[in-house]
Amino acid sequence: MKARYCGGVAGIAATASALAALMSLPSSVTAQTAATAADTELATSLRLTPSQYRQTIADIFDKSIKIDGRFEAEQRDQGLLAMGARTQNIGDSGLQSYDDIARVVASQVVDAQHRGTLIGCAPGSPSSRDDACARSFFARVGPALFRRPLEQDEVQAQVEAAGTAADRLHDFYSGIRLALTEMLISPEFLFRFKSMEPDPAHRGQERMNAYDKASELSYFLWNSTPDEQLLQAAKSGQLYTQAGLTQQVNRMLGSRRVADGIRALFSDMLGFSGFEAVSKDPSFFPRYTPTIKDEAQEQTLRTIVDHIVNRHGDYRDLFTTPHTFLTGHLATLYDVPLVDTTDNGQPQRWIAYTYPAGDPRAGILSEASFTTLWSPSGRTSPTVRGKALRQSILCEKVPPPPGNVSFKFVEDTSNPQFKTTRERLTAHRTEPMCAGCHKLTDPLGLALENFDSAGEYRTAENGVSIDASGELNGHQFDGPLGLAQAVHDDPAATGCVEQRAFEFETGYAPPLNDARWQAIQQKFAATHYDVLELLRAIALSDLSYSPPEPKVLAAASH
Amino acid sequence: MKSSIKMLTRRRVLKGMLAGSAVTVGLPILDCMLNENGTAFADTGAPIPTRFMAYFWPLGFGEQDWVPKGAGSDYELPWQMAALQPFKKRMNLFSGSQVFLDGAGNQTHFTGVQGFMTGKVTTGDEYYNSADALIANTIGGRNRFRTVVCAYDADPTASWTAFASGKQLAEVSPGALYTRIFGPEFTDPNAATFVPDPETMVRRSVLSVVGDERARIDKRIGAADRRKLDYYFTALRSMEQKLDIELQKPAPLPACTKPDEAKDDGHALFLASDSMTRLDLFLSLITHAFACDQTRVANTVCNPQSPALRREGDPTTHHGYTHEEPIDQKLGYQVKCAWFQQLYFQHLYNFAAALDTVKEGDGNLLDHMILWAYTDHGAPRLHSVRNYPFITIGNGNGRIKTGMHLPTPGDATTRMTLTVQQAMGVPVSSWGTGSNHVTSPIAGVLA
Repeated sequence: MKARYCGGVAGIAATASALAALMSLPSSVTAQTAATAADTELATSLRLTPSQYRQTIADIFDKSIKIDGRFEAEQRDQGLLAMGARTQNIGDSGLQSYDDIARVVASQVVDAQHRGTLIGCAPGSPSSRDDACARSFFARVGPALFRRPLEQDEVQAQVEAAGTAADRLHDFYSGIRLALTEMLISPEFLFRFKSMEPDPAHRGQERMNAYDKASELSYFLWNSTPDEQLLQAAKSGQLYTQAGLTQQVNRMLGSRRVADGIRALFSDMLGFSGFEAVSKDPSFFPRYTPTIKDEAQEQTLRTIVDHIVNRHGDYRDLFTTPHTFLTGHLATLYDVPLVDTTDNGQPQRWIAYTYPAGDPRAGILSEASFTTLWSPSGRTSPTVRGKALRQSILCEKVPPPPGNVSFKFVEDTSNPQFKTTRERLTAHRTEPMCAGCHKLTDPLGLALENFDSAGEYRTAENGVSIDASGELNGHQFDGPLGLAQAVHDDPAATGCVEQRAFEFETGYAPPLNDARWQAIQQKFAATHYDVLELLRAIALSDLSYSPPEPKVLAAASH
Repeated sequence: MKSSIKMLTRRRVLKGMLAGSAVTVGLPILDCMLNENGTAFADTGAPIPTRFMAYFWPLGFGEQDWVPKGAGSDYELPWQMAALQPFKKRMNLFSGSQVFLDGAGNQTHFTGVQGFMTGKVTTGDEYYNSADALIANTIGGRNRFRTVVCAYDADPTASWTAFASGKQLAEVSPGALYTRIFGPEFTDPNAATFVPDPETMVRRSVLSVVGDERARIDKRIGAADRRKLDYYFTALRSMEQKLDIELQKPAPLPACTKPDEAKDDGHALFLASDSMTRLDLFLSLITHAFACDQTRVANTVCNPQSPALRREGDPTTHHGYTHEEPIDQKLGYQVKCAWFQQLYFQHLYNFAAALDTVKEGDGNLLDHMILWAYTDHGAPRLHSVRNYPFITIGNGNGRIKTGMHLPTPGDATTRMTLTVQQAMGVPVSSWGTGSNHVTSPIAGVLA
């Protein structure tokens, strides 16, 4: 009786690999024996991020394909989701999420609305297999999904899978759908690899595979899969030459699609994924709505794209620029006049807006995206804002609080002695145990105290005037504009975006002492911190296509 | 369709494990290998499975005021958990143990749980192989879902469950969890007829194409990436196994009923009352998932610093109050924090009471599981990793004794997690590293 129950319900093959699967352990002996090498080597493969997944599906199929379903949450590693894409594995729940989404995507590709254009051919009979039609579909879609040409046997495997499924389900399109679903959960689609191969031009050295190089470039600059021209450049060997690489990089940076890459980079760097858990209590902040939450992010991304792509602006000026874009909702939140001629009932338009001189707002740190993302739902936290600024804008590390710290000196918010956040935190910062870190964070966050938890401007808290003076690395200033100028002038800001851009591309930190890295930094400075030129320098540098230094491995891996 | 399903016997397991491999793998104790305790479904004779449920509540209790004076069965439940009074004889309260930092810093809200869940305290954010995941590996491999992890504050990263591949991120939407478990792919074990879904059969077959891609990829990547792919292909095998299970006629489970469809889509929250409503939804789904044997292990979590843990009209979160609220000189505790603590325990009680109404064999679901409640800090005001409260409810199919307060002042918290692992049949005889290394369970608990 016990064996029947066990076998019947378990339904698993009792092999060593199945048992390993049962225990969620690496199953193969290979994995065990390779552990030494694996421990000392940096994994370089990157999971497709949800953002990249969405853009890729839209580019390969159509923008009308909806990505319904929930991706497994991304993990931020050392400040970037792009770094987490390298270190995060795909386990049971992750693969299940990809499978759920893949089934939704594949169903739409073959539905009545899309099959005519996306399949590209009609089967002889819709109720049975048609290998020729299936082959033409997979031969076309396969290279786009796997970002390389498919071998004949790979195409044949898909054709056979689709044909078998079509026979069993008596439906050609179900066959395509199931085989396409399988391709969408394949590691060839979900991971981007960085394969190295012998370099015939330099005996004894290695070079990055051209197709993988094309993928790296494309996801770096366009946040999406390589287009046909780029894959052709990989096929022809053009990407192996500096002239060919330059030609492709220039083409890509000149494309409007570079805005997608810029948006992805800065969404990641500014931590916008955190907005998923942001909410503000409407009893305190009635103007803060889900629409505002979305528009706050869009405002900052529009500001950044405009500044970098349209204006070729100095990166540092992003923190002080008066130029931005607003909707009616945001204008209300910010309490600024905005002339909007949008008809009633129509979606609100984005309108270019310039803060007048003397306005307390300027630059991206004063926008609601920063001030609301880094605030608890009920009130502000200068510590949280200051820490976020140090970590995401200046790439500095803020140590965690010490163990078993005593908070007895921090008083209740209703204590009449401490009416403002500054007063409560001053008590905190005078405690030696806490002072070290809070002196790093609080003076930055306190300069933004004029913006409440919902991003609205205020001059008083609990009836007391807000003192928004602050300090950054010895530089004293007053208020959000002073903070913006201090960040603008701090060399850590440009150093940080350099580092983040490289990490966004490769998934690992740059080797700071490498001459090639220093050359990239010099080019960025020489172009007055034009971010497009930074991207160009990184994309053209051999450093991006070399294996990471073992030294980086020690610092970057757990 | 060629079937890959074989009967699982002890001989076959051992043979399969040892064939051609010198890898040392701990032997999971499957129910088919255990002696029965006489607990079985009357109609099928199959042993009733044992489940494990981890219930996280944020920010502990107080400093010392919650620790009962008595020990063993002679103790009074502290007021913070008064809601659990009806279950006093069917639960245990553990007090006094601590996480030893061994020179590492206390990364608040992390290091303590890292210590007792994974046995290791590190200076970084290393977090692999948590105790509940090891339990899931032991008892959850035959179910559609090895484990279910839910966050009731919309933060998927709040999960404390981690396999060798890394953290299993939490489900934040009750609606999505409902669909995943009880949607179209759910098979009612009590249905009169069973017809395997032809599409599932085809999907199972098509998945083999993915498996065949391995060799081609391995040729062009290094050892570290191959190890990364090991996790992917292990997950792929789990998916195949899940489909295999869906193609089998399940044994009847009289207690199994489908829950009402959950509508909550996991949107962001900002009040504790809303978070608790979502928690209740998750717990209801988990109760049904246990009763329908869709999973045997679950964990409900939240981010202790969540903005969602606030009272209506009050801008300060529970976490904020742990830092800022003075201890009431007359009462001896933080009054506003206590409101939250009692709330979490009222919902824990509601869950236990719900489990207690699900009849299985001669007992009920609560009798057939260990419901383990854990938290991130000992004294929350100090954010300390000392004097942790832990609670178990249920006797796990007779695997643990109940009705006791077990003070172990100064002992390592890892003894708690070793105890629950051993109770659930995980083949582990010692647990933890450094000062957190323990080699025996808490005395007097295991039956």
